[in-house]
Amino acid sequence: MESRFRLLFLVLPVFALGLNGCAATKNLFGRGNNSAPPPTAEAPGQVIDPEVERREIKEPKIDTENFEIGAFVGIMSVEDFESNIVYGVRLAYHVTEGFFVEGTFGQTDAGLTSFERLSGGAPILSDSDRTFTFYNLNLGYNILPGEVFLGEGRAYNTNLYLIAGLGSTRFAGDDRFTVNFGVGYRFLLTDSIALHLDFRDHLFDIDLLGEDKTVHNLEGNLGVTVFF
Amino acid sequence: MSARSITIIHSTHRLTRVSWAALLLLVMSQVLTAEPAHAKADYRTVSVADPYLELRTGPGIGYPKFYVVERGESVDILKRRTDWFLVRAENGKEGWVSQEQLQRTLQPDGQEIEFAAASQADFTDARWEAGILAGDFGGANIISLYGSFSLNPHVSIEAWGSQILGNFSNGWMGSINVVHETWPDWRISPFFTLGTGVIHTEPKSTIVQGEDRTDQVAHVGAGVRIYATRRFVLRAEYKSYVVFTSRDDNEEVEEWKVGFAFFF
Repeated sequence: MESRFRLLFLVLPVFALGLNGCAATKNLFGRGNNSAPPPTAEAPGQVIDPEVERREIKEPKIDTENFEIGAFVGIMSVEDFESNIVYGVRLAYHVTEGFFVEGTFGQTDAGLTSFERLSGGAPILSDSDRTFTFYNLNLGYNILPGEVFLGEGRAYNTNLYLIAGLGSTRFAGDDRFTVNFGVGYRFLLTDSIALHLDFRDHLFDIDLLGEDKTVHNLEGNLGVTVFF
Repeated sequence: MSARSITIIHSTHRLTRVSWAALLLLVMSQVLTAEPAHAKADYRTVSVADPYLELRTGPGIGYPKFYVVERGESVDILKRRTDWFLVRAENGKEGWVSQEQLQRTLQPDGQEIEFAAASQADFTDARWEAGILAGDFGGANIISLYGSFSLNPHVSIEAWGSQILGNFSNGWMGSINVVHETWPDWRISPFFTLGTGVIHTEPKSTIVQGEDRTDQVAHVGAGVRIYATRRFVLRAEYKSYVVFTSRDDNEEVEEWKVGFAFFF
């Protein structure tokens, strides 16, 4: 089939050239008129035209915004070690309208235990061991999408989401396997900028004060993210 | 002399601060100026071929429909989030349209619009993959990240970074391995793997003083990659490690992991 078209393509210009040539010789000898391209030359052209213009499947280039990056600041209670300011960064990838995966990295400082305060003795941890850093890799689900209305003319999209995941916490000189879960509220200021309110619990085992125990470290934070 | 040196330090500090600020300004101005132009260049106009096109207030099935664009009218596609598209109608109304509906619109030249949708064929043929797995490494917890490059549908090379968190010791491990998939076109595709790397172990600070060690490891393993949806892959695997210690005996460690990955 294709070779037949190739033949047509080859034949057609030759044919056209031939006709033009004839026209030129006619003019050279002062015979015939200048106009009148032979009407038969058009018809084969139209037959092959649709085949020449190949159907292009063009995928439109559209700005995809499935990633969300941002920072947060809040308060974190380190069990037995007071509450302090926590701050960190977050990166999320939205897989579907429901599911997203998220990575967080944050840092806070642990204070003094009640025992250290009351006894006035030597501190249990050095200052560097009191730095509490964590990372977590989470799976999230937007469970309650919705809208809030401010006054008559403004509506903002919101999302209540649940997250759960695994990570590691560096505290008191060791890395500790950490499970975290929580709930968050995403308030979309525009289609690309969101405010977050998050509550999370970080659980890990620690044997610092004698026996092994599971501690709950509660975190509440406010964040800003941008979709890109 | 010392006073002079202090001023020099101070001035360099100031200089770095100024250059940081300048850099920040530059980046911000780049972002501010570049984005609208970029966005404008990415607009695509399509005309509605169905009786109507429904615009929702948000990118999700739960958000209410608030406007309907009629057949023959055109909309600009502004951006995409997962399977939802933000479009602007001729009268300036902006709303979110599902991919399912937008797929039935026409481009100005009358062609149907097509969107890149990852499929099971991409699961077999995609070059790059990255994922997160977690599980058990000889009684300790392990969290791993990996990146993979496919030489062909059957053979790929992977690089892994893992953190190991145990009761008595912590550590990390880096390794590279070759993966062979016998039936890469199956939805549940089994694979075999062979690799090598290094493992670094630190005894916990509350344990009686031990030494940090860095040893070479080699491993064999098997597992499955399961195509879930879109670019999403579920993965489960077992690996058996041999740790070449400097002592008389080599250690053997078994590892089980599950997780998910994306291909692109």
